[in-house]
Amino acid sequence: MFSVSDLHAYYGQSHILRGVEFTVGEGEIVSLLGRNGVGRSTTCKAIMGLVKHRGSIVFKGEEVGRDKPHIIARKGIGYVPEDRSIFPTLTVQQNLELGLKNMKQSGRWSLDDVYKNFPRLQERCNVLGVHLSGGEQQMLTICRSLMGDPDFIMIDEPTEGLAPQMVALMGELIANIAKSGISVLLVEQKLTIALAISHRMYVMGHGKIVFEGTPDSFEKDDSIRKEWLEV
Amino acid sequence: MSEFIIFSLLNTLIYGLLLFMLSSGLTLIFGLMNVLNFAHASFYMLGAYFAYQVSIHVGFIPALFLAPLGVGILGMIVERYGLRKVHAHGHVAELLFTFGLFFLFNELVILIWGRNPVDYQIPDFLDFPLFTLFGADFSAYKGFMLLISIAMFIGMYLVINRTRIGLVIQASLTHPEMVNVLGHNVPAVFMYVFGAGAALAGLAGVIGGNFLVTEPGMAMALGPIVFVVIVVGGMGSLTGAFISSLFLAGLQTFAVGMDYSLADFLGHFGIQASSEGFWGDIVRIEIANTRAMIPFLFMIFMLIFRPKGLMGVREE
Repeated sequence: MFSVSDLHAYYGQSHILRGVEFTVGEGEIVSLLGRNGVGRSTTCKAIMGLVKHRGSIVFKGEEVGRDKPHIIARKGIGYVPEDRSIFPTLTVQQNLELGLKNMKQSGRWSLDDVYKNFPRLQERCNVLGVHLSGGEQQMLTICRSLMGDPDFIMIDEPTEGLAPQMVALMGELIANIAKSGISVLLVEQKLTIALAISHRMYVMGHGKIVFEGTPDSFEKDDSIRKEWLEV
Repeated sequence: MSEFIIFSLLNTLIYGLLLFMLSSGLTLIFGLMNVLNFAHASFYMLGAYFAYQVSIHVGFIPALFLAPLGVGILGMIVERYGLRKVHAHGHVAELLFTFGLFFLFNELVILIWGRNPVDYQIPDFLDFPLFTLFGADFSAYKGFMLLISIAMFIGMYLVINRTRIGLVIQASLTHPEMVNVLGHNVPAVFMYVFGAGAALAGLAGVIGGNFLVTEPGMAMALGPIVFVVIVVGGMGSLTGAFISSLFLAGLQTFAVGMDYSLADFLGHFGIQASSEGFWGDIVRIEIANTRAMIPFLFMIFMLIFRPKGLMGVREE
């Protein structure tokens, strides 16, 4: 349902993406792994139309590579950035409400669903976003994007800096998102949850995909991990 | 003394809210787009001239609505077809663009309405003393300015805090990209905010132009002080702009009535300052005469000791 091919992107003079290619199927969790600076986040930004790029991005059979960011979002691609981008001057509830593309929108994840799954967010619904803990912010930013009812969501480093039990919770949430029919691109630097919940994985190196396979085939091939992931 | 204080307070409120009407748009535009709009005070000038032109034909009340509307539409055009294109070439280009716009508007106004002030008058139905206090009149027009300013302030507060577009604006102040990828048309929001900011500056021109004077120099007269307001308040902060508008207005209004000098101050400590020569002139300068200087002095100290301003969010 989603595919990119021959995706190139530049930051000033440096050629960050050098022909990235991958696909994500319906309801599938796909991991995009790689060391810092190989272009994982840039891939997400290019897909959202936030950085200049060339190449083809096809979503639900339609080329979206030329669209503006808000149009891409409205077509059903969600993006949760690495820095979480919580709106600090708005309350938790207001943050969630801005996830809706308009107030009439209803989708797979409503405000009630979010609160049922994360009572902690309901307890703190009138607290300003800036006062949440790291884990709460991560929950909030993912739920905010879910409120917009995407069919495909890209989540950048959701476990970064979280306590182990929070990481486990995050793994459950992502598995649940996929079960509700939303395809997921999980972008990770470490293998924390990727091996456990992914259906397929891609490893990036030097702006290209250097490995594609299932978690099983990845684990069998030690050289991939050594060459492209371990520091 | 109490007469001086009460009238100074009322004048502070009027002048302060007028400053806020101008600076609110400027600070929001800066907060959202990172653009310091040199031409912002030009919208104030255009508001006054548009109001003058409309009021000749159909009267003051229609002008009160039509002039800000016209200025607002002009503002949107400037953003959509000017700034947005220039934005790609960086901040210096944007700054120079608005700088050029400032002079362009000035020359256009001179071309159309001439170099001399135009006869934009307070409407007759508001030209009477509203009340008399301690033997001094408070004009109905001042009361009207106060009313419009307060209505504008309440309206703006409600839009920013109680509406969805207000939430989108608040969120875009800190994370425009995130708002964009959640499916909101942030470039359109920029255009509307720019238009609304221009319209508010235009409204300030409508109610201020006939009270002060409507002439080509009016943008230059008020422009710098509006910059001081947003720097002192903290670039991008509406609350900061509000506080600093009132504060700077108060500072200037009260300074007018003060004939206190450095020599008087030294006198309290029994120091007899020499009244001879250059230094003698310096110590005898009265506070009232430094009125025009005070805000800029304040801005300079603010930039040295607290560069982000009173309520600023940015540290850069």
